[in-house]
Amino acid sequence: MADEDQQQGNKAKRHGMLKMYYGIEEDQDGGASLDPCDINGAHFKADTYLARLIKEKTLTELMDEESKTLTQIKALDSDMQTLVYENYNKFISATDTIRKMKNDFRKMEDEMDHLATNMSSITEFSANISCTLQDRRQQITKLAGVHSLLKKLQFLFELPARLKKCIEMQAYSQAVRYYSKAKRILHQYQHMPSFKGISEDCNKIIQELCQLLRQQFKNKESTPKQLAECVDLLLQLGEPAEVLCEEFLSHARQKIDEEDLKVLDRQICLQRGEEIKMEGESPAQAYLGTTPMDVLEFVDSGCNGFLSNICLVIAFYNDTFLNKHQEDDNTDAMALKKLVHFVNELMEKYFNFVQRRVQLEKETGDNTILVRSLDRFHRRLQAMNKLLPDTDFSRAGTEIVSRAAKDRVGYYLQTLKQNFADCLTDIRQNLAAPRLVGKQDSSAQLSDLLHSTQSTILEQIKSVLGNLQAFTASDITFAMKPYFRGPFCTQDVREGLIVGFLNHINSVCEEFCEGTGDRGSVPPALLLILSRLCLDFEGSTISYLLTLTEEQFLLEENLSHSLTPVSDLCTKAKNTAQRLLNHYVKVQGLSISQMLRKSVETRDWLNTIEPRNVRAVMKRVIEDITAIDMQVGQLYEEGCRKERSSDSSRRTHPHSYSVSQNKKPGQWNYAPSIDNSLMSNIQKLFSEKIEIFSTVEFSKVSVLTGIVKISLKTFMECVRLRTFGRYGLQQIQVDTNYLQLYLWRFVSDENLVQVLLDEIVGSTVHRCLDAVLMEQSVIDLICERG
Amino acid sequence: MDDEAPVIYGLEFQARALSAQTAETDKIRFLVGTQSLRAENQIHHIDFDDENNIINKNVYIHREGEIWDISASTMDSNLLATCYNKTTESKTEMRGAVWKLPSDYDSTQVEDHSSHQSLQLVCHLDDTEYGDMKSVLWHPTGDSSSLIGLSDNHILLWDLDSSSSTAKLTASAELESKGQPKMTCGRWNPHHNSQQVATANDTAIRGWDIRSMQQVYVIENAHGQLVRDVDFNPNKQYYLASCGDDCKVKFWDTRNPTEPLKVLAEHSHWVWAVRYNHFHDQLVLSSSSDSRVILNNIVSLSSEPFGHLVENDDDSDEDQQVQNRSTEAPKDGVIATYEEHEDSVYAVDWSSADPWVFASLSYDGRLVINRVPRAEKYKILL
Repeated sequence: MADEDQQQGNKAKRHGMLKMYYGIEEDQDGGASLDPCDINGAHFKADTYLARLIKEKTLTELMDEESKTLTQIKALDSDMQTLVYENYNKFISATDTIRKMKNDFRKMEDEMDHLATNMSSITEFSANISCTLQDRRQQITKLAGVHSLLKKLQFLFELPARLKKCIEMQAYSQAVRYYSKAKRILHQYQHMPSFKGISEDCNKIIQELCQLLRQQFKNKESTPKQLAECVDLLLQLGEPAEVLCEEFLSHARQKIDEEDLKVLDRQICLQRGEEIKMEGESPAQAYLGTTPMDVLEFVDSGCNGFLSNICLVIAFYNDTFLNKHQEDDNTDAMALKKLVHFVNELMEKYFNFVQRRVQLEKETGDNTILVRSLDRFHRRLQAMNKLLPDTDFSRAGTEIVSRAAKDRVGYYLQTLKQNFADCLTDIRQNLAAPRLVGKQDSSAQLSDLLHSTQSTILEQIKSVLGNLQAFTASDITFAMKPYFRGPFCTQDVREGLIVGFLNHINSVCEEFCEGTGDRGSVPPALLLILSRLCLDFEGSTISYLLTLTEEQFLLEENLSHSLTPVSDLCTKAKNTAQRLLNHYVKVQGLSISQMLRKSVETRDWLNTIEPRNVRAVMKRVIEDITAIDMQVGQLYEEGCRKERSSDSSRRTHPHSYSVSQNKKPGQWNYAPSIDNSLMSNIQKLFSEKIEIFSTVEFSKVSVLTGIVKISLKTFMECVRLRTFGRYGLQQIQVDTNYLQLYLWRFVSDENLVQVLLDEIVGSTVHRCLDAVLMEQSVIDLICERG
Repeated sequence: MDDEAPVIYGLEFQARALSAQTAETDKIRFLVGTQSLRAENQIHHIDFDDENNIINKNVYIHREGEIWDISASTMDSNLLATCYNKTTESKTEMRGAVWKLPSDYDSTQVEDHSSHQSLQLVCHLDDTEYGDMKSVLWHPTGDSSSLIGLSDNHILLWDLDSSSSTAKLTASAELESKGQPKMTCGRWNPHHNSQQVATANDTAIRGWDIRSMQQVYVIENAHGQLVRDVDFNPNKQYYLASCGDDCKVKFWDTRNPTEPLKVLAEHSHWVWAVRYNHFHDQLVLSSSSDSRVILNNIVSLSSEPFGHLVENDDDSDEDQQVQNRSTEAPKDGVIATYEEHEDSVYAVDWSSADPWVFASLSYDGRLVINRVPRAEKYKILL
């Protein structure tokens, strides 16, 4: 049983190997292989299979199964036979090949043995030969060594002489080359007396050479090329680069200081009008030094002298110190630092000079030369920038340029202010002068004065803008730089100049309104003109000016958020105009009220005679108001007025007091007084409250209304402080009637005059001991006569 | 009930004389004098009931003439002085007299016009040779029974003996200047032992020493036009407020007459009266013929420029105070503008009893009693 199992295992193994050989995939039947009844499976067990067959199948089926199995077995047998047969031939040919190989290898072994013996004999021979040649070769190498050594020694012994000769011939570079060759050896064998002598000699000579070189280096007259050579050689001779840099730079500085900057300095002194001492100089220099140059020449001489020299120095320095020491970063950095420091220092001095010189250029009106010189200056600086990439002089230069531009703007602003002050003085003089001749003339000139002032201011601003445009001309390099152009156009020109000037006008005008005490002498007409001026500014001039500025200086719209908006300026101007006009109304109103007050206070109203005439004061008032009307009419439009329903109603007097008077003539007692105040109170209820010193509109009518209101209110308050007799009351009646006749045409709302006059008469009635009113027809008659 | 609402009282006549009943310090009382040429003039004794917001009044007949100025005595609450206009057919005269209220205030008095009592005359302050009497001033502290009368161009010092009902003229001083100077108003300085008086004529304000009856200082051109009123700061001895026809209220230090300390230009017409609050001198009232009353806060010139700096025993309150003060520094400015009047407001005065109540009187006879806005009140108190 065990054997059977093993046989079966072997069989299965073989089976597997066969399968592998034929590439049958085992796992295909892997799933079924566990089934012992699968006849093709690996775990097929014949007994179980057979038992199952017998159990499950009928006889006929079994019979069929048997025959089927038999045929399958037969087929398998024949298959096996063909397989064995096919492979047999292959085995035979393989055996043949192996046998043949065995024979070939044996022959090869023999030949290899032979080769080995030959090789050993060759080695023997070569060893012999080298043995015999050894001695001679050693001798030869020794001799060669000695020869070269002798040569070197000869060079060394001759070195001092050579060096001397080289120095005599001024072939410094040759000398340095020789020396640098020998230097190490000499240094090494210093302890031997003979070498020491040579070394000392050489060193002496070389030190001499160094001295010579240094002399040349320090010599003012030596050309840059010579200098470069010197520096080069000195560097090779091991002079420390740092010291050399320093010396070189200080040398250069001295030169530049003495020659170029001094000239600039002297120029500035000259420009200031300072005396300078003459030193012993050539006549040409003396001439150059004593005549003041204009700013263009100044910048030119700065560019040609100072800047070009400093450029040369930089270029040379770059060549000698910077480009050669690439192997040593430290030295390089140090040298660069020194250079930058040097250049910065000098440039600072130079900028300082230019700045001072440009500042001196204040008083002239023309910009072109200044701008051209600034342009040249700016351009040269940009060229500098290319030479020394790490530093930015053009920034500093532009700063100077912008500062110069700013100074100019400030100067122009000052001029404008001065001009405005002159305008004001002119107006004052004009106002004062014709007053001697006659009032009418003076008022006739107001509009002319306004226009001339306006046009002068505008022209001034335009010319200033034109002058300033030179700074932004297209052929000027710095004008194209955004960091100059932006701030200059917006901050300086627009904000600083235009907006600044407008604000100045405003503040000057406001001063007129405030300083009543100190500047009490301001003529009212001036207030009026200024008010109109500010109003015109608000209406058109401001926007015109700003648009003009924006056009001329190509201001960009997107910057406008940082600018003072036009609307702000307009509002400001309008406020100022309003304040001026209000002040005008107040001043004029007060002067008329003063007249009225005096007239009421100084009269004994109890004991006057029956009125025959309108009092002269009232005529004066009307005259004055008419004059004011003409004055205002010159500058302000008529304005709208509240029309009453019909002209005829003007003459009728529906006053409360007259109504009550008509009812109860001559019976003034307790009752009508209440009646009266009641009536006036009712009237007040329906009419709007009258603001006395209120804001007026920009129209003639409104201005006049303001003045009339102030005057009449004063009249009323004065009346209330007095006690009247019958004729006093009647005089007031006549006066107010007269005022009414003439005042209605000046004011916007006749009703207002009516109400105020009624109140005056009403108050007079209150203050009257014997209130008997005059007949309206008599009043009319007196008024017409007056 | 809205405490802030003004209380309005109407008189039947025109009126321009108003005074707090100065010697009465418990109740809010005002005296108003009417101005009528034809009817019998009255003095209205107004009592304001603060809690119920009710006005009670007593009306007394003032037989002598229309009242232009009224001033309550500082020593006896029943005494008052008036300047009245005595008119005859051909002339008017301004006279002064001292009166006594006939009875103590009687709130139960029957409202009956016919039964108005007359004022009892104490004495006339007559001295016709000095011209029209413009104003009568009582001694500011009530310590002495002296009176000052301002006539056209004289300052008259009277000594009142109320027991014998006589007044004796003890001294006088004459204002001498160009033209015919007429004094418009005056104020007795409560400081310096009450020995100074300030008067105003035309545009100038003058100070007088009543011991020597000499002028001690003058503010020329104090206002652009006529000066209408002056008032002394009750707490700071050299400080003076003035107002006038240039629509301005100005504050002066009498030691420096050349320049005002501060100028207010809030009114739109002449300013007729200016009054310091007796207790909190940052509160300044001004009234004007633009029919407005303006309550100003002039803290910068007050005796409490940094707020109320009294030592407070109540600790919890103190903390709050410190906080309030640090958050907002008090600033000058208008506290309120009162527009209840419809005619020119010629007089305004603080109550002598309640520091937060004041009355204003307009020409049409309307008396308005107002209070300082509560927010402002707390700001000052806390």
